[in-house]
Amino acid sequence: MSDKSDSRRLWGRRKVVRAISALPLGIILASQLSLAAPATTTGQAVTDDTVTVGILHSLTGTMAISETGAQEAEKLAIKQINEMGGILGRQIKVIQEDGASDWPTFAEKSRKLLVNDKVAAVFGCWTSASRKAALPVFEKENGLLYYPTFYEGLEQSKNVIYTGQEATQQILDGLNWVAKEKGAKTFYLIGSDYIWPRTSMKIARKHIENVLGGKVVGEEYKPLGDTQFGSVINKIRLKKPDVIYAAVVGGSNVAWFKQLKAAGITSKKQTLLTISVTEDEVLGIGGENLEGFYSIMKYFQSQDNPNNVAFVKAFKEMWGDDSVIGDVTQAAYLGPWLWKAAVEKAGTFDVDAVVAASEEGDIELTTAPEGYVKLHPNHHLWSKARVGMWKKDGQAEVVYTSELIEPDPFPEGYQ
Amino acid sequence: MSFVYEKLFGDKKGMIGFCLLAILILVVFPLMLDSFRLNLVGKYLTYAFAAVSLVLLWGYGGTLSLGQGIFFGIGGYAMAMFLKLEASSPENTAIQSTPGIPDFMDWNQITELPFFWMPFHSFTFTLIAILVVPTFFAYIIGAAMFKRRVGGVYFAIITQVISVILTVLIVGQQGLTGGINGITDLRTLNGWDITSDSAKNLFYFINCFLLLAVIIASRFVLTSKFGRLLLAMRDKEDRVRFSGYDVANFKIFVFCFAALISAVGGAMFTLQVGFMSPSFVGIVPSIEMVIFAAVGGRMSLIGAVYGTLLINFGKTAFSESFPELWLFLMGGLFIAVVMFFPNGLAGLWEDYGHHITKHFRFLNRFYDKLVPASSKEVNASNSVDSAELEGSKS
Repeated sequence: MSDKSDSRRLWGRRKVVRAISALPLGIILASQLSLAAPATTTGQAVTDDTVTVGILHSLTGTMAISETGAQEAEKLAIKQINEMGGILGRQIKVIQEDGASDWPTFAEKSRKLLVNDKVAAVFGCWTSASRKAALPVFEKENGLLYYPTFYEGLEQSKNVIYTGQEATQQILDGLNWVAKEKGAKTFYLIGSDYIWPRTSMKIARKHIENVLGGKVVGEEYKPLGDTQFGSVINKIRLKKPDVIYAAVVGGSNVAWFKQLKAAGITSKKQTLLTISVTEDEVLGIGGENLEGFYSIMKYFQSQDNPNNVAFVKAFKEMWGDDSVIGDVTQAAYLGPWLWKAAVEKAGTFDVDAVVAASEEGDIELTTAPEGYVKLHPNHHLWSKARVGMWKKDGQAEVVYTSELIEPDPFPEGYQ
Repeated sequence: MSFVYEKLFGDKKGMIGFCLLAILILVVFPLMLDSFRLNLVGKYLTYAFAAVSLVLLWGYGGTLSLGQGIFFGIGGYAMAMFLKLEASSPENTAIQSTPGIPDFMDWNQITELPFFWMPFHSFTFTLIAILVVPTFFAYIIGAAMFKRRVGGVYFAIITQVISVILTVLIVGQQGLTGGINGITDLRTLNGWDITSDSAKNLFYFINCFLLLAVIIASRFVLTSKFGRLLLAMRDKEDRVRFSGYDVANFKIFVFCFAALISAVGGAMFTLQVGFMSPSFVGIVPSIEMVIFAAVGGRMSLIGAVYGTLLINFGKTAFSESFPELWLFLMGGLFIAVVMFFPNGLAGLWEDYGHHITKHFRFLNRFYDKLVPASSKEVNASNSVDSAELEGSKS
């Protein structure tokens, strides 16, 4: 009798609760045992009617707010390609991984995508740090990464296609424009303290001093995430530069522009040109804090051409009317299309062949939202630079468009 | 003979637990997992060093450090500096303005190698630095605080602050340290390709043996007279002081020892993952290490390893299967552990372990052979057993 009641107690409430809490363990074990993807002649996850690719962006953590747009654009492009019949007759399947705003996680997930899932290409990474962490993995496993962010240059890997602009494509034309249009002679440089702003400012300073004959009256770096710009703003007031040239990134931007406005530095009295603010950031900063300031990018959501109108419409249909599209989001959208063009040219998904096809320099997209782009043999894109003036509603008015600029990741005379 | 074994493994349950762990990481994982997963487990096990060090420091010493990432980071950076210098030979860096220095220095307009990088050309120096620098650093922190009787929550806050300072320093001085990107792209060790599968497998086993050695060494510390003093200090520090012991010195010792263990983990991390970045130095990783120890059971050296493995397996598996939901599942896991197993996984083992150990008769017999019955009774009366301690505390 007592035995029986004992055994009943065994399955009492506590036991059940414990069993439930062991469920996560079960999931872990099950997923560890999941089978690897089937291998093919190229060793990739390609079957007769599907091809698998990876998307690797931060869905959680501090970078999630920036990277969400990029992964949404990549999914949109892949959906559209699938609706058009896929690539080489195969539908694209996506395996998504979360980089979690953590650089080592990007390396781990890259390896997982390449080694376990054997994906034919990966669309991903956002910050330079995450790319630097993942890069050795892509080179070792001979993967293919489409990297969407504008970045500092000084890199050209066989295994990466850079769909954003490198530093010179973004910086030089903007400086020329502001010197010519605004007659700017003195510049104050301010950026967040890491590799991209520092490299960009190095190039900007050389261009200002050697080409434009202007003067840099101040150069300042603030830690990532910093929200105290009071001392910088005081110095700016003292030096009275013609142009504030800014590369403040992420959340710091909110404090930076609000404090500028509070200090009475608005577009009425001061020209400000930034290389780090897209529609995504403006969402957080608020258009009223930015009104009249300038950004230099290669793409603005307000661009008026048929490609872009269709792209914005499709994006909003898929991801909601409230979504905004920034420069990187558009560059991310190009990734799958560039890959499709290269694969179709090579006639295979094999990475070496796709890279070789990409390096011939004749892959072009006439349907890009930003306008016409072409892939240079150095893995970067020919693209135009555009200056946008911010309006209250968070959109920019394009006030200047350059010619197509040749990408030059290792600019001579600027190093 | 039996005396030595008790010193090294604790009681019978402790030895069986140790053997099971050794079998798991040395035999089961390598047989079951492919090279990629094994490398991941290897990475997790480097965090286990820090978790084990926290069992000593926090579980037994009662001193919570929220800055073990400092020492993990120093160990990792020391190893990364050596590997980076090797990767930055003049031939490999010919495209730079100054060939022969690490690439990030070149980007930051530094034209010659800073003086403190120089000695890291030598592998011997690097190995010594991995052991000595963090220990010395811990000594300075420990001496500055424990001698002034700073402890408890204040100590936790200060260690946390130091880890923030170190992160800011590393990020800010990017020309010297690689900044937020960290030190990346490490490929060879004395000319040997460390990115190959065979190298990774070898590092995995080296890592396992080091971890097991660290557990044995820690057990040895805990079963010694020092271990009992540590407990006494945790529970009634003043009484120990009034008995004539210099409490500060004991605390400094255990803090230094914990730093040393964490640094070894950091160095092994760099070797297996192939880079080091400030994201392992700051507050978040330091607190994660405390979570590993807490989930494993903060009074159990072996539990800390299981805690680390469970949390990291969970992280990887959840984030692969549910990339958009995984943080919630991790949260659920933490809540479940705290609610149902307040003593961590080690508490489970204490409650239900005998169901398992009775199936390992050969280990029992092995143990009985080593430890004569007479000494077992003595042992039972004063063994440092976690369940017993937990009981005596409450």
